[in-house]
Amino acid sequence: MNGTKKILIDPLIDNNPVTLQVLGICSALAVTTSLLPALLMCLALTSVAALSSATISSIRHHIPNNIRIIVQMTIIASFVIVVDQLLRAYAFETSKQLSVFVGLIITNCIVLGRAEAFAMKNGVGASFLDGLGNGLGYSVILIAVATLRELFGAGTLLGYPILPLVSDGGWYEANGLMLLPPSAFFIIGLLIWGIRTWKRQQVEKPDYQIHEVHRTEVL
Amino acid sequence: MADYVNLFITAAFVENLALAFFLGMCTFLAISKRVSTAIGLGIAVIAVQTITVPVNHLIYVCLLKEGALAWAGLPDVDLSFLGLVSYIGVIAALVQILEMTLDKYFPALYNALGIFLPLITVNCAILGGTLFMVERQYSLGESVVYGLGSGSGWAIALIALAGIREKMKYSDVPDGLQGLGITFIIVGLMSLGFMGFSGIRL
Repeated sequence: MNGTKKILIDPLIDNNPVTLQVLGICSALAVTTSLLPALLMCLALTSVAALSSATISSIRHHIPNNIRIIVQMTIIASFVIVVDQLLRAYAFETSKQLSVFVGLIITNCIVLGRAEAFAMKNGVGASFLDGLGNGLGYSVILIAVATLRELFGAGTLLGYPILPLVSDGGWYEANGLMLLPPSAFFIIGLLIWGIRTWKRQQVEKPDYQIHEVHRTEVL
Repeated sequence: MADYVNLFITAAFVENLALAFFLGMCTFLAISKRVSTAIGLGIAVIAVQTITVPVNHLIYVCLLKEGALAWAGLPDVDLSFLGLVSYIGVIAALVQILEMTLDKYFPALYNALGIFLPLITVNCAILGGTLFMVERQYSLGESVVYGLGSGSGWAIALIALAGIREKMKYSDVPDGLQGLGITFIIVGLMSLGFMGFSGIRL
């Protein structure tokens, strides 16, 4: 029981795929200008990650080692097609906003990375939970970034006004930079700083150590 | 002709795949510690992108698009839902063929680029280029130029970031920002810089 819980909870903060393992940032940042597409994207990625991990794990003894990447890609691509068609059928407007990024779940390193690193070695149930956990870890970061960007960039959340804008007679002047690509990088950078200040063991060793003596001289 | 030049400039600078669409970020952050490796990967991406976008364009137009199978007597068939599987298959196969060709005929080049080629299969910038080509309905000529332009833009951004990071290792960064954190901030600043290109036309 403890092990199962660990597989599910660990990727949320302690071993987060985005901020620690540097996986799956590719498609993540572009869909975070507002909260609704980000939520749909999280749902899509989490279901693809969990289902493809479980499927790959269930046939892991039958996959020849030298063509395993192609097999994994095909399984992942099939699930992505299903998700893409479902989104087009039931959430057409939002799927237009997500444009090519649903398709890009195929090359999302989280899905392939978990398939390769975990599902090829573990049982079906554990792999499903591992995929689910990593999908949720990704979702935590995505939702945090999307909330900040939509709230400060447009003064709304899910389209409902939260901070009344100056143009509508309120007091909040919308920060247009939040809706542009650079702000996503800054927010992720600052989030990483925050998480690593909280969890000290995640701090990376510098490649080049500044000599203590020089450091104190400057200070 | 001016259209093609404009498309190239837009693809390479204004709509830079890495800095405006966040594509290929994983490789972008992982392989940008040294300028020499960055140049190798950059060239490999330009080559693969310039080949895969037009090839996928042909596959889309001749096989998958609605009504594309009319020549086979199946005018009503729409296979565009098979797009994602086909494109990723084409990319994986082309990368493999490129690897084998380089190994056989250009061993020196293979030794320089060989280790990067498998990485490119899972690079979102390559699949992203193809998907943008389909979404924007480019013609064959446009897709060649778009492939070349977007690949070059990605390579330029990668090499520039590697140059900055080589210098950055001598700076005194706060502990929590060390490594990944400060890299994100740098990429954000670069992205601001690249936004300055918007509006450039011939």
